[in-house]
Amino acid sequence: MRTGEPSVPRWAWVPAAAGGLLVLLPLVALLAKVPWSDFGGLVTSESARVALWLSLRTAAASTLLCLLLGTPMALVLARSSFRGLGLLRAGVLVPLVLPPVVGGIALLATFGRRGLMGHALEVAGVQVAFSTIAVVLAQTFVALPFLVTSLEGALRTAGRRYESVAASLGARPTRVLFRVTLPLVLPGLVSGAVLAFARALGEFGATITFAGSLQGVTRTLPLEIYLQREVDPDAAVALSVLLMAVAVVIIVVARRDRSAW
Amino acid sequence: MNTHPTEPLAALALPRGPRTSLRSITAIAATTLLAGSLAACGSDTKKDESTTLTVYAASSLKTVFEQLATEFEADHKGVKLSFNFAGSSDLVAQIQQGAPADVFASADTKNMQKLIGTALAPAAFATNTLEIAVPTDNPAHVRTLADLTTKGVQLVTCAPEVPCGAAAATVETNAKLDWKPVSEEQSVADVLGKVEAGDADAGLVYVTDVKAAGDKVVGIEIPGKVNAVNTYPIAALDGSKNADLAAAWVALVTGAEGQKVLAAAGFGKA
Repeated sequence: MRTGEPSVPRWAWVPAAAGGLLVLLPLVALLAKVPWSDFGGLVTSESARVALWLSLRTAAASTLLCLLLGTPMALVLARSSFRGLGLLRAGVLVPLVLPPVVGGIALLATFGRRGLMGHALEVAGVQVAFSTIAVVLAQTFVALPFLVTSLEGALRTAGRRYESVAASLGARPTRVLFRVTLPLVLPGLVSGAVLAFARALGEFGATITFAGSLQGVTRTLPLEIYLQREVDPDAAVALSVLLMAVAVVIIVVARRDRSAW
Repeated sequence: MNTHPTEPLAALALPRGPRTSLRSITAIAATTLLAGSLAACGSDTKKDESTTLTVYAASSLKTVFEQLATEFEADHKGVKLSFNFAGSSDLVAQIQQGAPADVFASADTKNMQKLIGTALAPAAFATNTLEIAVPTDNPAHVRTLADLTTKGVQLVTCAPEVPCGAAAATVETNAKLDWKPVSEEQSVADVLGKVEAGDADAGLVYVTDVKAAGDKVVGIEIPGKVNAVNTYPIAALDGSKNADLAAAWVALVTGAEGQKVLAAAGFGKA
């Protein structure tokens, strides 16, 4: 470490190491359980491939939806002030603490055939329940707060100085947003999108409650893992490692430019 | 890992500004510690006064076993029953990992067989068959098994990998039908939930589940000659510290009193 640069207090290493172990030890234990000799066969079975492909497609769609909806949400939360803003923020963050199964029940009560929007959707000829759309909705529901909070934090840290300058030079709000604000908070946006993608990829409870489970349609990799556990625990462990590997690769690739390793 | 100042997790606790965020982190930490210590207190208070008999049982046995527990505790002073209700295969996995169970009751013989050597002389004590569950207003007008193959009928079953799904597949074969479920769920509860919500037009679940759901769903009987029969075995487990009590519980369940309560819940004779 260079002189003059603030360093981490020495004592902080102890709890940091304990925390690291808490997270990493179970992963190591999982890796130790993998039947490596059959690994290739287990993760390339048809049901595994179909589930992985479905997971990647739906998680990508959910991340896109999170970006489209979450970026404006973060802007509103960070840059505007009106009565009830705090309450609104709390509401948006609820999916973070809600057990995913409860989220699934809530989605069913909204988009299900007899839900709040059920009749309107039926008239429009859209069937959400038991479709891939339901998977994307469930994933977006649980992943959105991750994008919104990271981006809101980034927006607050970035401050408004450059925006004010741009506005004083005559730039309209939309131009300020795309030319100044978003480039400034790009790292926060990427980090939020990665978190959202990771959360969507691991989504289980809301999906099984709201979307159901059918190969190629709604059975994502986490659902396939849970099902395989019933018949073949080895396959479940192998698929879990596959899911972990996918998540790690995506996080590393997305953060490559900004990390210290 | 991340050197950028806007660490996303810090942002989670950032409602107004950095000062509030530090305060709320402290509050969260304090609450967590408090909750942790309370939980720790709760877990070991009963031990010294009474004996606890731990019973692992398939979810479908919840109502029956809880009812029998009241009688058992009245007959055995100072004994408390502690239940773990879950899917049979989950329970088997926990027992294999050394969970401290005294008795195990499974919803199928297959899962009990995984415990050969641990389960002492498993005895069949009940059977369960399938029934068609439909929402109260039966929107798709389902009346027979054959109606489940009608196009547009949203049928939900268990996945063939789990016992209720294997039973559904048996019925499908026996009745020489070929249905296309819109979803193959993990458990009976997941199937029933979708029927209750009205998102599924029909679901295949156990007779006892339809009964337990009360007036939230309507059951349609499946003819006996094509129906699948699941046998429920129960066994005391090797290594139990309360072997006598475990045997007494097994005797209660397999005995006349247990059979009466099981029959009332819709279970068949083993």
